Parts: sequence; C-alpha cells; structure tokens
Amino acid sequence: MAKVKVKKQSTFIDMTAMSDVTVLLLTFFMTTSTFLAKEPIQVTTPASVSEIKIPETNLLTVLVDKEGKVFLSMDNAEQKVATLKAVSEPYGITYTAKQIESFRKLQSFGVPVRYMQAFLDLPVEKQDKELQNLENKRVGVPAEDEKVEDGRGIISSDNEFKRWIAAALEINRDLKIAIKSDKTTNYPVVKKIIDILRGDELRQNRYLLITTLREGSNN
Amino acid sequence: MAEVQQNEKGEGGKTKQKKQHLRVDFTPMVDMNMLLITFFMFCTTLLKPQTMNINMPMKDENLTEEEKTKIKESGAVTLLLGANDELYYYLGIPKDQSTYADSTYLITSSYGAGGIRSVLLEKNKGTYEKIQELKAQLKEGLIVDSVFRTKSKEIQEGAKDYAPTVMIKPTELSTYKNMVDALDEMLITNIGAYAIIDLTPGDRFFLYQRTGNKEYLTDEQRVELEQK
Repeated sequence: MAKVKVKKQSTFIDMTAMSDVTVLLLTFFMTTSTFLAKEPIQVTTPASVSEIKIPETNLLTVLVDKEGKVFLSMDNAEQKVATLKAVSEPYGITYTAKQIESFRKLQSFGVPVRYMQAFLDLPVEKQDKELQNLENKRVGVPAEDEKVEDGRGIISSDNEFKRWIAAALEINRDLKIAIKSDKTTNYPVVKKIIDILRGDELRQNRYLLITTLREGSNN
Repeated sequence: MAEVQQNEKGEGGKTKQKKQHLRVDFTPMVDMNMLLITFFMFCTTLLKPQTMNINMPMKDENLTEEEKTKIKESGAVTLLLGANDELYYYLGIPKDQSTYADSTYLITSSYGAGGIRSVLLEKNKGTYEKIQELKAQLKEGLIVDSVFRTKSKEIQEGAKDYAPTVMIKPTELSTYKNMVDALDEMLITNIGAYAIIDLTPGDRFFLYQRTGNKEYLTDEQRVELEQK
C-alpha cells in the first residue's frame, strides 16, 4: 500500500489587505459622521432646499413634539448647568453635586423645575423611561402662563419655558435659537412657541428651523 | 497568534543564520475593525441637519401697521395656508366690501412647481434670472460663496421697488410642514421680502367662503354668522 503523504500545508490567508480596507472605512466613518443625539421624542423634520448647515456652537435647540411638549438642549455643558441654576433659584431649589453631574450628562432636558431634583436622582434608564411616557404631565418644559396642577400637586405656576430661554440668553448673548419639530405638527403648536419667543420679555426674532435636505432638483 | 518561525535553540554557541519567516496574522485586527465599523454605522449619522433662517417681524403693533402701508399694492401677494395641504393666494390688498363679495379674488393653488411657484416666478422674474446667472457663475467657480451671497442680497435690495412682497398667513388648520414649504418657495424663487403674519378677519372670511369650513373663522365671526 502506498502511503499517502499528507503535505503539511498551512491555510494561512493574508489578512493585511483586508485590514487596510477596514481601517480606511473606519477612518471614513469616524471623520464624516456625527453621533446621533439622544432625543426623548422622534421627529421627522420637514424638507427644504436650504443648504445652510447647522452651527455647532452657541446653539439652543427647542424640540417641540406634536402635543406641544417642549424639550431643550444646549451644546455647552457649562452654560447648561449655569442656566439650570439660574432658573431654579427663584423657586428656592438647589442641587447636590451628584444631581448637577447627572444634569450635565443629559442630552436634552424637559421636566418642570419642581420635579427636576427627583428626576435627576433617577438612574439614566429610568430617566429615559420617564421622558418616553408622553401621557405624563410632568414631562416637557411647561410653556403655559397660568398655573397647571393635577391631583398630585402643582406642576408649574408660571411659564418656565420663558425663564429657561431668558436665563440661557442672559448667560450667552450669542445664543442662536433653533426650532425642531415634526412636519405633521399643527401650526398653532409651533406658533405658540414662536409667540413666546417673540413676546415682550424675550424679543427674539431670528430662529433657525431645522430641516432635512429636500431630495431632487432644487430649481 | 503572530506566526514567527523561530530557530530551534540548543546548538551551543553558534547561532545558525536561518532564513527567518515572519508573518503576522491580521485576522483579529480585521475582526476588531469590523466591529468598530458596525458600531459607527449604527450610532452615528452621516446627514447633518440643515437649517433655514427665519426672521419674524417685531411684535410691535404700531410697527406692523406702519409696515403694512409700506407694502405696494401691486407687489403684494398673500398666501393663505389652509387645511389638508391646501394653498390659496390673492394678489394686492383687499380694498373694501366689494372685494370680499368677489369670489374670484381668492385663487386656489398648490405647493410645488406647478402651483404657487410659477406665479411667484412670474412676479419675481427679473430678480430670479439675475440670481440664476450668479448661481451659474458660482457653479463654474468664477465667484466664491460669500460673493454670491452678498451679490444676490444686493440684487434683492435693488429690486425692492418692483419685487413682490409675500405675506405668508398660516391658518390654525395648517401644519408646520406647510409653513416650511411656503418658506421654501420663497428661497426657490429668490424672493427677498416675505413675512409670516396672522390672518385678518377678511382672510378668514375668504377661506370660509371658498371651503365652507367654519373652523377658519374666529369665534366672533361664527357668532355673527349664526345670527344672520
């Protein structure tokens, strides 16, 4: 019987080229993309032909959902914390270092000031869950002038949205206000927010409306 | 896992200079890169949101009244944004009761190329053509972006006396998208003077007349109508 000689052959595939490709792809993704911002509500912004890019600094985004719930986000964490302190002061609310740290990590915030302490004490997962519950009246920055209360107590006694914007503008004069809303939102909902911004106290007349690029021809 | 074939030791003293075969296995490296790519693909977005600048008129009653008189009647175009993506417009400023009785004064139109855009383009032809020329220059690289912007502003300023002034009046039944679409048309047709204003009772009456929808009217108008 002839012995079959098994040749010792290594099945070694050279992965160097593959590695090159993946590194290239990775570099591309890292440089061109931006991280998705965590937002409590998903909105589809309307399309426009405007090609102005959103500024990266000095931006205050007002996120308005279909029912008129308002969430705010600011790019500068220091200013965000300073704004929180300025807004809470008239209500006699102070925060612990831990609560401040929790607030600093929030991408967008929208809770009545009276519930801010309790909200910041929650772990992150519970905070997200809380914000997702849109039935909850304690979600969203209150933008009503009159007192709002329910069985569990006062939710807000005045227009906290106005206070937030005023405090933020006080801290940073160059702040640009961007409005982000779903395309199916009824106009009165957006108008209410714009009217507050235009009002006698804030006197803001310039906004950025966040849109997505309209596909197809722009002629 | 790097595969390095080493010389066998043990030949006391002298080391034999063997052909060394050095090969590094890149498979784990590829694995890791693939993981990172997947992570970036899921957690990031390539699209950067665009923005649209909008300047609202000052909320000062006296000022708006003054501005109103400034608008030349021939150049005035009023857009009424209705329910269900409907769009109506009229030219000029309604004078008296006879205009409101005229049912042909209000014209039904639509968003997009076939509708309001052709009307606005016709009205704003001179400015539009000049800016298109500039745009062509920009595309060819003859001018830079900042020059394009200042020049197109100059054109719009220069045409002030005969260019149309568009008043966008979104009703309570319209959506945010309608407003953005209307503003978009202003950008496309290069109209320099436009503003978002509240509806007058007359505008509401026009819409009611056309659609029969009482929701366009104010409470007082509804009461008045019922009394008749």
